Amino acid sequence: MRGPLCFPMEETMSALCPECEANLSLNDVMRGEIVVCPDCGVDLEVTSIEPAVALALAPQEAEDWGE
Amino acid sequence: MTMKIGVLLSRVRVEEKWLFEALENRGLAYDRLDDREVKFDLADPGPWQQYSVVLERSISYGRGLYACQVLNTWGIPTVNTAAVAATCGDKLVTSAALQAAGVPQPNVRVAFTPESALEAIEEMGYPVVLKPVIGSWGRLVARANDREAAEAILEHREALGNYQHQVYYIQEYVHKPNSRDIRAFVVGDETIAAIYRTSPHWITNTARGGVGTNCPVTPELNAICLAAAKAVGGGVLAIDMLETADRGFLINEVNHTMEFHSSVPATGIDIAGEVIDYVVEVGKKHDEDGSIQNYKLPVTSAAGAAQ
Repeated sequence: MRGPLCFPMEETMSALCPECEANLSLNDVMRGEIVVCPDCGVDLEVTSIEPAVALALAPQEAEDWGE
Repeated sequence: MTMKIGVLLSRVRVEEKWLFEALENRGLAYDRLDDREVKFDLADPGPWQQYSVVLERSISYGRGLYACQVLNTWGIPTVNTAAVAATCGDKLVTSAALQAAGVPQPNVRVAFTPESALEAIEEMGYPVVLKPVIGSWGRLVARANDREAAEAILEHREALGNYQHQVYYIQEYVHKPNSRDIRAFVVGDETIAAIYRTSPHWITNTARGGVGTNCPVTPELNAICLAAAKAVGGGVLAIDMLETADRGFLINEVNHTMEFHSSVPATGIDIAGEVIDYVVEVGKKHDEDGSIQNYKLPVTSAAGAAQ
């Protein structure tokens, strides 16, 4: 382990939720992907995958979001 | 010149993963362009001219629209064009385009004050559906079954900040006998797939729990989809429509940055692959003759823009 929020992806592909510090196991994620913390339910954005997986709180849905 | 494609996005959903996969399977060069990071100097298109075409996948209507506006102004094609985004991103502009083209849709009335909106609602008769002109995923879409409900919705809408909430778009409520509507996917001049969206709730968006199952693309369905797509300017579009016993299909909405994660397993169609093939066609045409397919200046401004 290198830090509170990041682990080398090739070893564990896991990271801590910045909201509740739950340990998330992540498989085959990409930068920019949204994952949900299974413990607290918050939306998290994968902000980088190299050299380690990093997570940040995802932006809140805005009024003009959609398809 | 080797083609390079820009993919403007906000976040990587399943759809974007499939689009990247389709790009990579075809050996195409592409850049991910995060709409939170891009910057445009209107006088300097240089950094953007490396792209033969930009696929716009922003989750934000405003960012996608304005980015396409700048790119199209520079002569860089986008899928879809800014004009198509401006039309599809505003339900009133969409309805106006459908009306002008004679494409069947539910009855729509428009008013600008709660008082005139209530009059329009009572003239139409209950139930009615009130929709924000800007928005998606069924957000703030409300059905009013009687005058009391209509008054409450109008009062709440008056309290919302964005001026567009005071543009009252009133749509006839179309009963869904099978608790379903249809979403069809148009790519260029072909309806490539369609699904039924079934839900016990009258709002059938898959973002709101609607379940997708395959819907056969009949000649009748294909014809109205292509007419709707043409009416809004064409491109890559998801057409939402309602089935009626006496009026055939009615076009409900047209979406210009479509989501299709529930439609691929339901239909077995490689929608991402079809989209990328279309994007490549647009890029090739631009590289050959500098054209931008179906480009024209947008007819409206976007979400929250000051007048």
